[in-house]
Amino acid sequence: MNDSLLTVNDVKTHFQVKRGPFYKRQHGVLRAVDGVSLSLREGEILGLVGESGCGKSTLARTIMRLLPITSGAVTFNGKDLTNYERDALRRVRPEFQMIFQDPYASLNPRKTVYDTLAEPLLTHDIVERSAVATEVGRLMETVGLAKRFVRKYPHEFSGGQRQRIAIARALALRPRLIIADEPVSALDVSVQAQILNLLRTLCKEEQLAMILISHDLGVVRHMVHRIAVMYLGKIVEQGPASDVFDHPRHPYTRALLAAILKPTADAAATLSELVLKGDPPSPVNPPSGCAFHPRCPWATAECAASTPPLIACGEGHEAACIRLDAVGATVPK
Amino acid sequence: MSLLEVDNLQTAFHTRDVIVRAVNGISYSVAPGETLGIVGESGSGKSVSQYSLLGLLPTPPAKVESGTARFEGTDLLSASPAELRKIRGGRIAMIFQDPMTALNPFMRVGKQLAEPLLLHGDLDKGVARKEAIQALNDVGIQDAEAALNRFPHEFSGGMRQRIMIAMALITRPALLIADEPTTALDVTVQAQILSLIKKRQEELGMAVVMITHDLGVIAATCDRVLVMYAGQVVESATRTELFRQSAHPYTQALMASMPALHHEGEALYTIPGLPPDMTRPIPGCAFAPRCAHAEPACQESAPTLQAVSPEHETACLRIQSGSLTRAHLHAETQV
Repeated sequence: MNDSLLTVNDVKTHFQVKRGPFYKRQHGVLRAVDGVSLSLREGEILGLVGESGCGKSTLARTIMRLLPITSGAVTFNGKDLTNYERDALRRVRPEFQMIFQDPYASLNPRKTVYDTLAEPLLTHDIVERSAVATEVGRLMETVGLAKRFVRKYPHEFSGGQRQRIAIARALALRPRLIIADEPVSALDVSVQAQILNLLRTLCKEEQLAMILISHDLGVVRHMVHRIAVMYLGKIVEQGPASDVFDHPRHPYTRALLAAILKPTADAAATLSELVLKGDPPSPVNPPSGCAFHPRCPWATAECAASTPPLIACGEGHEAACIRLDAVGATVPK
Repeated sequence: MSLLEVDNLQTAFHTRDVIVRAVNGISYSVAPGETLGIVGESGSGKSVSQYSLLGLLPTPPAKVESGTARFEGTDLLSASPAELRKIRGGRIAMIFQDPMTALNPFMRVGKQLAEPLLLHGDLDKGVARKEAIQALNDVGIQDAEAALNRFPHEFSGGMRQRIMIAMALITRPALLIADEPTTALDVTVQAQILSLIKKRQEELGMAVVMITHDLGVIAATCDRVLVMYAGQVVESATRTELFRQSAHPYTQALMASMPALHHEGEALYTIPGLPPDMTRPIPGCAFAPRCAHAEPACQESAPTLQAVSPEHETACLRIQSGSLTRAHLHAETQV
């Protein structure tokens, strides 16, 4: 664990749900992230996948300290960030940056590319004032934007180009970790590929660690070294990417992988076989025991009784399922 | 005998300064009971082409410039608003991407479901209510009677999409237009909804036009496919033909850039450049500036759809002339 850049230890992020028109009364607790542990090495890319509402974005925002931690600890580069407040956080934030899903909403529409990229450089004294223009040019080049666009505003760019600006802004502070929250899901397929290739090259060249959040397993498979699958606030399976993709152990991971619609001629036959029953349950009122058991074809009475721990099932590969033996290791066709 | 026959449809948006030619002369037909997929990226005109048929575009700025669309003996494009109202929601139904904005948040589900029946079917309320319960059962909503009295916000995204499908199919339409019906849903729910549409399609014998940007959805659901680029159909083929041996560089590039078909660690195939500016006339092939196989001739004359084999048409000049073979096209994009 000593060489890890980021360690997340049993982190919980809970929200109070209040009801009532004037006097808000406590109605329940939404356990968005409910005991997640993971670690990330220098230069490693971790994929965080799951369906909407599983808490993957909340986890990212908690790690970024954009949301308060209910309990647990986040350690970055040997520093325990859990109790850092405003000023201390401000000093360490350059080291971990975030890229958001919607490049239309995450850029200031009244700032030119130059202003957007120069602001973090100046705020955090990354370069001398006289060198800002050169640095902005270098950043634009890194993400594949022509320098002649430097005085343009976000609305003059396409979605893909805007996402490049957002990436350049994140890189401006020379971070060691980037959290990318659904960076390509707002983009067209052909543009998606450009942005994914760019992120991959950057991670390699700059030795950046990255947490890539996505609901699209195709995107993740292509990018990451390790993968963590979340369901209802918990990690249900994690391990080396090739291992998890080729030998998924948790029934939920299998269902997710099976639900990828492959663009091939004989895909139509499989549609009816890969249907997982029901919707993801509500995190305010989660099912007892294993949260997946109401939708799981392998579930028994025991599954509803207690929450399963993560069980090792291979080199660095673990899954939170008590029926791993019954589920088996072969991939359902 | 086709159910819907669209010929040379052109739709443009007239804004104060410019004219955007969103749909630029497309022709196609839909046979009864079949599923036609329309695939393309944002701005390719796939949605506008369908909205034009049903008079759902705000006019102005939108204007259907030319074309005919024969549906069961009526030309939808020259039909009066009253005639169109009768067909829309009756013989042709539509489902949309976002069920939260397509359902009325102030109206109980039961009332929304019965509305098309009351408007199109001349039924009394008791019968309509029974039909509504049946419709909810058909889309797999348990305890349908209780569901009738609830509001849309009380349901999950997947459930709302089921309600929208129930509402669209309650009049037993001959044609269902589905505009990105699963884009807002999670993958496991997407599979549920697609197989539900398929099941109801078989039960009712209706035709489906599936608009999507996702080739995976196309592969799972469609019989025939139109690939659109810059307001034009660039390729038209059966599903198997399209995926086995597509005959247009754009289709091929689109497939090659999908992460699902790559192994980890490989760089994704990318299409250079951006889609063309639709406010200006495009002289040659609209894809030529981004095409790896373009020749000077591609920039000069506009291609038309030509058959390369039965039930397979392409708008690629080089494939048509034989100077580029389909096998070569495939080899090029293998990473």
